[in-house]
Amino acid sequence: MAEPARRRSKERAATPPPAPRPARAAGGDREPDALLHHRQRLGLVSALAAADSLSFNDLKGVLDITDGNLSVHARKLEEAGYVTCRKTFENRRPRTDYRLTAAGRQALARYLSHMEAIIRAAKDTLGR
Amino acid sequence: MSLTPPTGSERGPIGLHERAVADLRFIRQTMEGASAFTTISGVGLGGIGVTALGAGILAGRTADAEWLSVWVTEAVLAFAIGVLTTALKTRAARLPLLAGPLRKFGIALAAPLVVGAVLTIALARVGMHEVLPGAWLMLYGSGLLAGGAFSIRLVPMMGACFLGLGAATTLAPPAWGPAAMIAGFGGLHVLFGLLVVRGHGG
Repeated sequence: MAEPARRRSKERAATPPPAPRPARAAGGDREPDALLHHRQRLGLVSALAAADSLSFNDLKGVLDITDGNLSVHARKLEEAGYVTCRKTFENRRPRTDYRLTAAGRQALARYLSHMEAIIRAAKDTLGR
Repeated sequence: MSLTPPTGSERGPIGLHERAVADLRFIRQTMEGASAFTTISGVGLGGIGVTALGAGILAGRTADAEWLSVWVTEAVLAFAIGVLTTALKTRAARLPLLAGPLRKFGIALAAPLVVGAVLTIALARVGMHEVLPGAWLMLYGSGLLAGGAFSIRLVPMMGACFLGLGAATTLAPPAWGPAAMIAGFGGLHVLFGLLVVRGHGG
């Protein structure tokens, strides 16, 4: 039973990473980015915006998140072209580093603008 | 779900407003936490530990005045190692050396170190060398605990270990002081240096 699992693992490792899809806000400029609307993905992008490059373990610590969840969300952001992933070895131990792309930085800036717009709208409503 | 700022007088904007405020706060906190993660050098901590082990062995063979000289020299050396390795790690991460979290960490650590330096002069003047190990360990631990609020979790953990060891040393017989210095400034630095290298890189 272990052998097919190992084979599957090798097949997955041999699969080339998916080509980044062009990053785009879900519903145009008036809709916030659905990808970043998820709290853990928003945290991942925010952390990378502050630290330039962070390892898998660093991100796990910053976001207080499990290995599985971090992998899934990082992969989604990678597929959208928001982050890049670099796998290396450090003292014979595998190390994964993530970096925010220009598209990811723009997406975060757009998301922040949306949040500010929402706050402004609420203030206007309260002011009436 | 649409988060487009609605117009009109429906109740929506208030709920969305709360979510937006929470999101902005979350982004700011995450960014602060992330930048703190690049400031501590595990190699530097290990280096400080190794030199402290050497200083402890050397100091064990000397009388009071020389004992103090050895540890003061080690403190200066440790400071230089800490600054140099942190600068190298910060540079490798392409971050400014005096970025927010690192500056806050430095200020929090500096206050107890200054107190320690003044106390050392005062206590050495009246010949109370036996009080110094416990006081140094506790003050350094306090600095790490305070500065650890702006760094990785291992730093406040290390601070708590130093504080506990310092308190135990202060209450224990004075003869245990030199051994506590080796265990703290040597052993704890090496141990936490390895943990930082393993979890967060050199």
